Amino acid sequence: MVAVLLDGLSWLCLVAGVLAALIGGIGLLRLPDVFSRMHAAGLIDTLAAGLIIVGLVLQSPSWTVAVKLILIIVFILFTSPTATHALARAALHGRVLPWLGDRSSPSEGAPSSKA
Amino acid sequence: MFGFTALGVLLAMALVLVRGLAGPTVYDRILAVNAFGTLTVLLIAVHGFLSGRPDFLDIALVYTLINFIALIAVTKFAKFAHLGGPFEQRSWSDV
Repeated sequence: MVAVLLDGLSWLCLVAGVLAALIGGIGLLRLPDVFSRMHAAGLIDTLAAGLIIVGLVLQSPSWTVAVKLILIIVFILFTSPTATHALARAALHGRVLPWLGDRSSPSEGAPSSKA
Repeated sequence: MFGFTALGVLLAMALVLVRGLAGPTVYDRILAVNAFGTLTVLLIAVHGFLSGRPDFLDIALVYTLINFIALIAVTKFAKFAHLGGPFEQRSWSDV
């Protein structure tokens, strides 16, 4: 009984993780601006990675495998925000201004990243 | 189940690669490479489970760390166009 429950739960987590990854990928493509694309990349780093790894933890044969998986997700959750923060600062330093929508024209002299 | 997950992750990788190639600014490309690295970690972990060899997870763990270090190095290079070598007069790039 427990095995069936575990399989069902892990299958659910894996499917949700894959959906999150696809949504993140589509978000990376469709969003208009570097800074809004960071949301989609963050979605992939946290939600997709977390759900898929939780799905794998439920299927892991032994404790050592589960501990390794938990270590992986901990490192991803620690390093991903730092990396995105550094990237956002670099983008701002490179004078890439956030896209402010159609109502205000992007200010001159700054390469708007709207593409 | 793992096969389906692996296929889904591969599809997400394709989407991310399209953004990596099409990205107008260099920061889009760095972002795409970061997402691609995370998805590679997931693919390695799922493949470890697919082939029944749990020692793949060590590779995924190392790949996570290397992905972060590489991303910080590329971001620093994109920002300063210089990795802060042993030049005395440049004192500002100690990030």
